[in-house]
Amino acid sequence: MTSTTKSDAATGALRGGPRRRRVRPGGGRGAPLPLLVPALIGMAFLVVPLVALLVRAPWRSMPEQLTSSEVWQALQLSLICATAATAVSLVIGVPLAWLLARVEFPGRGLVRALVTLPLVLPPVVGGVALLTALGRNGIVGKWLDSWFGVTLPFTTAGVVVAEAFVAMPFLVISVEGTLRAADPRYEEAATTLGASRFTAFRRVTLPLIAPGIAAGAVLAWARALGEFGATITFAGNFPGRTQTMPLAVYLALQSDPEAAIALSLVLLAVSIAVLAGLRDRWMTAG
Amino acid sequence: MTRTHDDRTGTAPDGLDARLVVDRGSFRLDVALTVAPGEVVALLGPNGAGKTTALRALAGLTPLTGGHLRLDGAPLERTPPESRPVGVVFQDYLLFPHLTALDNVAFGPRCQGAAKSEARAQAAEWLGRLGLAEHTGAKPRRLSGGQAQRVALARALATRPRLLLLDEPLAALDARTRLEVRTQLRRHLAEFEAVAVLVTHDPLDAMVLADRLVVVEHGEVVQEGSPSDIARHPRTDYIAQLVGLNLHRGRADGHTVRLDTGPAVTTAEALSGPVFVAFPPSAVTLHGSRPTDSSARNLWRCEVTGLETHGDQIRAALTGDLPLAADLTTVAAAELDLHPGAVVWASVKATQTHAYPV
Amino acid sequence: MTTRNARRTLQMAGVGTAALLALSACSSSDDSSSVKSDSSAPASSSDKPSGTVTVFAAASLKESFTTLGKEFEAQHPGTKVTFSFGGSDSLAASITGGAPADVFAAASPKTMKIVTDAGDASGTPATFVRNQLEIATLPGNPDKVSSLKDLTRSGLKVVLCDKEVPCGAAAQKALDASGLKLTPVSYEQDVKSALTKVELKEADAAVVYKTDVKAAGDKVEGVEFPESAKAVNDYPITLLKDAPNAAASKAFIALVQSAEGQKVLTGAGFLKP
Repeated sequence: MTSTTKSDAATGALRGGPRRRRVRPGGGRGAPLPLLVPALIGMAFLVVPLVALLVRAPWRSMPEQLTSSEVWQALQLSLICATAATAVSLVIGVPLAWLLARVEFPGRGLVRALVTLPLVLPPVVGGVALLTALGRNGIVGKWLDSWFGVTLPFTTAGVVVAEAFVAMPFLVISVEGTLRAADPRYEEAATTLGASRFTAFRRVTLPLIAPGIAAGAVLAWARALGEFGATITFAGNFPGRTQTMPLAVYLALQSDPEAAIALSLVLLAVSIAVLAGLRDRWMTAG
Repeated sequence: MTRTHDDRTGTAPDGLDARLVVDRGSFRLDVALTVAPGEVVALLGPNGAGKTTALRALAGLTPLTGGHLRLDGAPLERTPPESRPVGVVFQDYLLFPHLTALDNVAFGPRCQGAAKSEARAQAAEWLGRLGLAEHTGAKPRRLSGGQAQRVALARALATRPRLLLLDEPLAALDARTRLEVRTQLRRHLAEFEAVAVLVTHDPLDAMVLADRLVVVEHGEVVQEGSPSDIARHPRTDYIAQLVGLNLHRGRADGHTVRLDTGPAVTTAEALSGPVFVAFPPSAVTLHGSRPTDSSARNLWRCEVTGLETHGDQIRAALTGDLPLAADLTTVAAAELDLHPGAVVWASVKATQTHAYPV
Repeated sequence: MTTRNARRTLQMAGVGTAALLALSACSSSDDSSSVKSDSSAPASSSDKPSGTVTVFAAASLKESFTTLGKEFEAQHPGTKVTFSFGGSDSLAASITGGAPADVFAAASPKTMKIVTDAGDASGTPATFVRNQLEIATLPGNPDKVSSLKDLTRSGLKVVLCDKEVPCGAAAQKALDASGLKLTPVSYEQDVKSALTKVELKEADAAVVYKTDVKAAGDKVEGVEFPESAKAVNDYPITLLKDAPNAAASKAFIALVQSAEGQKVLTGAGFLKP
């Protein structure tokens, strides 16, 4: 055993010299090539399209593209709806994650699979599903309409619903993972001190998993911000009410690709700014 | 201590009266436990014996599948953990990492309905009593092992429990802190007026901290008694090993005990019927060849199977006529040229053995 | 340690090789098919169409072109017609982006212009049908919609196509021509989405093409309106410059424009050019 380790270390040291020098510009000290090469390809694959967007951006006509009130309307609506969808996801998604992580009940695996289904469902299908459930003529929406006079399609609330439907599974998965990794004995310790299960969750578990919730919320927010398919299918497209940035980008693409690129860059810049801001505040603190 | 015995002889149904049955298919725990107020009982046993399960059952964290649980006369079997007058000091303390020492201790009073300022005042008092007044604002990760242990104790005591449970209270500490914390803990437990049950696999912790030991093996109580009684009269190999005695079982006829494994031992006591024979490893003398002049009548041919240092002594593990542990000085070990596989003769004086009925 | 690593590397290499083989298998089969159509191209100079014709066509043409494609294959054994239906704009974008297609049939001259401006069309596009707008209402027309003006009634949920897509532009033209101001609940991304909203009863009415109303069967009810005459959409068709199978493609375009083809198209609700 010892001799193996020693010889491994020896060969490592022997090879280390030249390889290290070659690899250092790539970043990883002693990163093995079979990992480094695909990693760099992966990085390029993700970054090059964004760079292309910057290169091809109509910088000269940018100011006039972006001064139209429709753009700001769409951007404002996007930010409001994505934030509201994240809030909705937090209020109902965190308890759902807790249920899945902490309570044994028959069919738990099935429920977990079902609630994460929107992850693999094409968003347009999600939109149709929402229409058949919550639309004016949907199985639940029918009652919402006749009892409360509430119809969700073609409203800003509908945008929030569509975005939450698509984004919440990200939050649930992220929070459930954090909960599973968190030591459940802290909750037990709290109950021996007289805390009800809910108090234990609120005063002990919630603060403990706060970083995981923050990460899940950021993920859900980003997903909601870029949501297109479910939104346009469920909530339609009307400027100022249901037309979010991705919808504006798509429709601009039909006639004026340059405007679409300009709009995309605005969305990109705003999301980078928000995510970077959150990262500094939350991620490093946690 | 004297008060303890007064209470135990009284007829009041105060204290803990429990029979804990937890059936988990392959493992079954069935332990009866009666503890008087002011008494400290240690559940001692090897890993996997069911000590922690018993503790969790007392706290309500693991449901009982049978038996009963009464504290100060009130049945607790169906009471959820948050409503039991029970305080727990967990093995790794489980202090809430996001709260200060003060808020950790104030957590219990808060849950019991005290206002925030009131709970904090109580917490500060408990921390002061345990000598932690300067550390009230510290987060758990800034506390030393010993400090964390005392915060955990303060947190458990702040709910004014009628039953205090301690799970391996000293296991997470290094040897030096352990000595100091053990002494402090003994003082705090002595002051505690209600029932205290601690779980440990360390015989020293058990003997220093507890008034009474309950030894648990394979989910059952195998021996129960005062620390000195158990140290002198071990009844299982596990306990004998814990207290450092050679233990053999046999049938006595006067001063001679015929061991179950074959050979006979001459003992100081004259008994009849099934007995245990115990003697410390230091009572065993080793010889390189069969001694001709030895007055000892207990002489066996053995083979060395292992050697290890034990304090400033060498402890030799022997097999042969009967399995034995023998202590000898380093010089003696060198002179005898002890090594695994070496053949030696072991002798024990009858006056150094101790026989007692099974 | 070392041997295990080596074995793992070999396994990975094995997977990689398999993947490469699969890829090359795919591409070689693609090659052979394109070779086939190439080699059949000279044969088709003896005006017997063969090989594969790839047609990019507006989504509204789906039913009628599929029928015509089968007819063409029946008339010319050895040929195969494959379609890509979609929004005219996206199709135009694919063609200018270099997609290998033989024929492009668009839902508006505007989208066709994208292709001709890029110099990707061969010859001048010809209008082969026209499409007229119609109001789609819920089955039985419960809201008693009988004119374009009725759509401006308050409380009525109307969806239009977005102004950027042909059906939306046409609807706007009709509204402007009759001096009406209509605020819909949504500007849909394409005509099918607009129709779907009525089919699912989420909207009370939509302004869509006559052909779409017809294709939806009894799930919606069509209401004609006179203003639609002012916003008729021309459908142009053209052979593409880089068509891999020009001869057979010409034959397909001829079929579309023939009396037989026109019968299929008018049956689907299109107007003759």
